[in-house]
Amino acid sequence: MNRTKPIEGELLELKEEIEVYAKDYGLDFYPVIFEMCDYDTVNILAALGGFPNRYPHWRFGMDYDQMYKGYAYGLQKIYEMVVNTNPCYAYLLSVNNIVDQKIVMAHVYGHADFFKNNAWFRSTNKNMMDLMANHGTKIRRYMDAYGQNKVEDFIDKVLSIDNLLDIDALFYKRVVSSKKEENIEHSFSDDSDLSISLKSFMKSKERDELKKEAKTAHKNADVKRVESKNLPTKDIMLFLLENAPLEDWESDVIGILREEAYYYLPQRLTKIMNEGWASYWHSTIMTQKAAKPADIIHFADHHAGVMAMSKQRLNPYKIGIELFRDIEFRWDTGRFGNEYNNCEDMNERENWDTKAMLGRKKIFEVRQSHNDISFIDEFFTQEFCERMQIFTYKYNPRTGRNEIASRDFQAIKQKLLNQLTNFGSPMIEVISSNDNNRGELLLRHIYMGVGLDLSYATETMRNIYYLWKRPINLLTIDENHEVKYHFDGKELKQVEGRPMPTAQSNLPENS
Amino acid sequence: MGHPIKRDHSRFRKIIKGKIRDNLRKYISKGEMPLPKGDGVYKIPMPSIDTPRFRFGDKEQGGTGQGEGQVGDPLGQGEDQPGEGEAGEGEGKKELEIDLTLEELASILGEELELPNIEPKGKKTIQSETDRYTSIGLVGPDSLKHFKRTYKEALKRQIMTGHYNPENPIIIPVRGDYRYRSAKSHVEFENAAVVIYMMDVSGSMGDEQKEIVRTESFWINLWLKSQYKDIEIRYIIHDATAKEVDEYTFFRTRESGGTLISSAFKLCRDIIKADYNKDEWNIYPFHFSDGDNWSTDDTKQCLEILDNEIIPASNVFCYGQVESRYGSGQFFKDLKAKYGEKSEDVILSQIKNKDAILDSIKDFLGKGK
Repeated sequence: MNRTKPIEGELLELKEEIEVYAKDYGLDFYPVIFEMCDYDTVNILAALGGFPNRYPHWRFGMDYDQMYKGYAYGLQKIYEMVVNTNPCYAYLLSVNNIVDQKIVMAHVYGHADFFKNNAWFRSTNKNMMDLMANHGTKIRRYMDAYGQNKVEDFIDKVLSIDNLLDIDALFYKRVVSSKKEENIEHSFSDDSDLSISLKSFMKSKERDELKKEAKTAHKNADVKRVESKNLPTKDIMLFLLENAPLEDWESDVIGILREEAYYYLPQRLTKIMNEGWASYWHSTIMTQKAAKPADIIHFADHHAGVMAMSKQRLNPYKIGIELFRDIEFRWDTGRFGNEYNNCEDMNERENWDTKAMLGRKKIFEVRQSHNDISFIDEFFTQEFCERMQIFTYKYNPRTGRNEIASRDFQAIKQKLLNQLTNFGSPMIEVISSNDNNRGELLLRHIYMGVGLDLSYATETMRNIYYLWKRPINLLTIDENHEVKYHFDGKELKQVEGRPMPTAQSNLPENS
Repeated sequence: MGHPIKRDHSRFRKIIKGKIRDNLRKYISKGEMPLPKGDGVYKIPMPSIDTPRFRFGDKEQGGTGQGEGQVGDPLGQGEDQPGEGEAGEGEGKKELEIDLTLEELASILGEELELPNIEPKGKKTIQSETDRYTSIGLVGPDSLKHFKRTYKEALKRQIMTGHYNPENPIIIPVRGDYRYRSAKSHVEFENAAVVIYMMDVSGSMGDEQKEIVRTESFWINLWLKSQYKDIEIRYIIHDATAKEVDEYTFFRTRESGGTLISSAFKLCRDIIKADYNKDEWNIYPFHFSDGDNWSTDDTKQCLEILDNEIIPASNVFCYGQVESRYGSGQFFKDLKAKYGEKSEDVILSQIKNKDAILDSIKDFLGKGK
């Protein structure tokens, strides 16, 4: 079934042309393979997260349903898709005109460079095409053996925790299957098995043996009253995989979903940078090299569409490209370092130019070593904020509308950083696997100023309960009160609550 | 086309349908009727099929945006306006809307209420022509080739001509052996049905009561439409006098007069006499009121019309009594006294509130009449 086909003829020439421009600018990428497909296929691929072959699950069907309708009603249109693999696959939509295809290609080279060079992507498996297909095969096999409903239901449960990840796991090497006592090994070596900590693992034999031991042990005591090692941990998927009483196939499914979750994690951490970088390059390549005079209007129109600002949400493309341009400008004119920062003469600052011309070099460095948080933290300046007309808004219950809340730089920056922290998910860690000395799981929400949605938390804990099979406790902060919730398999109850010692703290307490 | 995602998709549809079935009572009692679009597709809002995950609460303080405006200015209409009561419901979480066809929706209703299929009565009068592949021809397209017949012919020919060797049974059809499925046109007769809704619109029937009737009639129509190929719907409103109206007027009229139920029954009888031969049509008169009637004399008259004219013509006569603050509910008692609970010809149902709609639908449709 060939739904996509390699590009040929004019487009292939175009690809080669743009690839040369990209290389000349210093972009560094794995080979890029462009494939042409129709919109139905691009919707399918988008629903499947870029991979044509994945495990069966209804939510892909749901996403496809949404994409399909979005396209059919003209609400949304996917121009391009690019997959972080080696070689790097990119899909072009056959109905697009040639100028669109040019822009998309230039954009794709930006992404390809980012995938290869950004530090957060270092541990992603570049063979993901095969791996995803293998995961599909495995899960289909489990479905044959245990029934589709059973396996799919289990996947539903596990998806509930697929955002409970530890960002640091992208960088350390953890030998999970080791029988040694100390099985964490921090390592920043750049050998190819860096990503081993993220691999799903069957380790069938070893596991079986361990299981047998565990099972006999299990029969002796219904509840495992043992404090697990390596706590606290934010890698809750791994924790449950290793410590929850699971069937082999269940552990394997968690391992598979965990590996996929970590594969997508860097993309969630670098949305602004990644899109900004790609946009910077499509814009640069098009305006300086690839666009013919006749293409300009169409290019400008397309580009403006992508960069459209919204009052409801920041457009990552827009913020990203503008920040990269701002950095380039500042380093070209030498507007950095103590001397500039300490300069208080507004006029002098306004016209500051040391002709340093370090901009291009700087942005290449930035794309290598930053993620969205550090990117915003370091380069989001007051001048930039004002120029971009960024504000924070808040829902006003009195008027029933969202209203602009502040144009104060510090407030905006704090808000932005908060939104980006832990890729926008609440930070949750396991602190104890033997809470109350009854083998209950104790989770802690690391509070950063925004509380949890309790109804979602209840349902999530229901799913964790299903995996852990013992009650789940959760520490969090609700309206300035430290509270402890207890989920016994049926309902969520508040068991403890006391006012926080200090009135309010926006900082995470270090554990 | 055959991409595996289509399986995920049909799986998703199945889950959705299950969800709708589970929540049917809620949908129906909330009075949220799926709106049919032009092509007979019904849209159903479908909240919360998403995977539960830890997420920030709705006290989350807004977000960041870009553009002009002073502090305190509203952002204006946009895609992310939180609905009432659920401020900031997540980061642009779109509510799912599910498209279902009439058949799908009706089958969900049928499954949930365990509704039997209706045994239509009367002659089938509506003609419809369909092609059915019931015969075999000598010519046709390859796609309709009938292999079994073809090989049979080939075997016969080979035996006749002595080319068949039982030791080495190879059969090779030639041109003349080919047989194809071929179509014959059939004229089929379908059942025709008519639903006659009667409603009391006198002062005592309030908006809430009408809303119940509207919801109920929607689902009744839906079910009957799935059972009959062709269906006509007539509407009668009455207070002390009755008149036939269109659907829009039916649900929006409010009169202040008294109530003579017999007026509606008379009109119903006349409509049946004029337009619907009972031997050809499946006739469903539905009457909704709050049970108030002007006088016992009128009730007597009603019962006479029912007995002598409406019931003999109908599949079943249905009376739904919507509870209202002003209604006495007497008419229900009168009908019950006369026909009892188990009558085959008359179905009575009391609808206390919106939550009772589903049960009432089951009362009406559960007998498969």
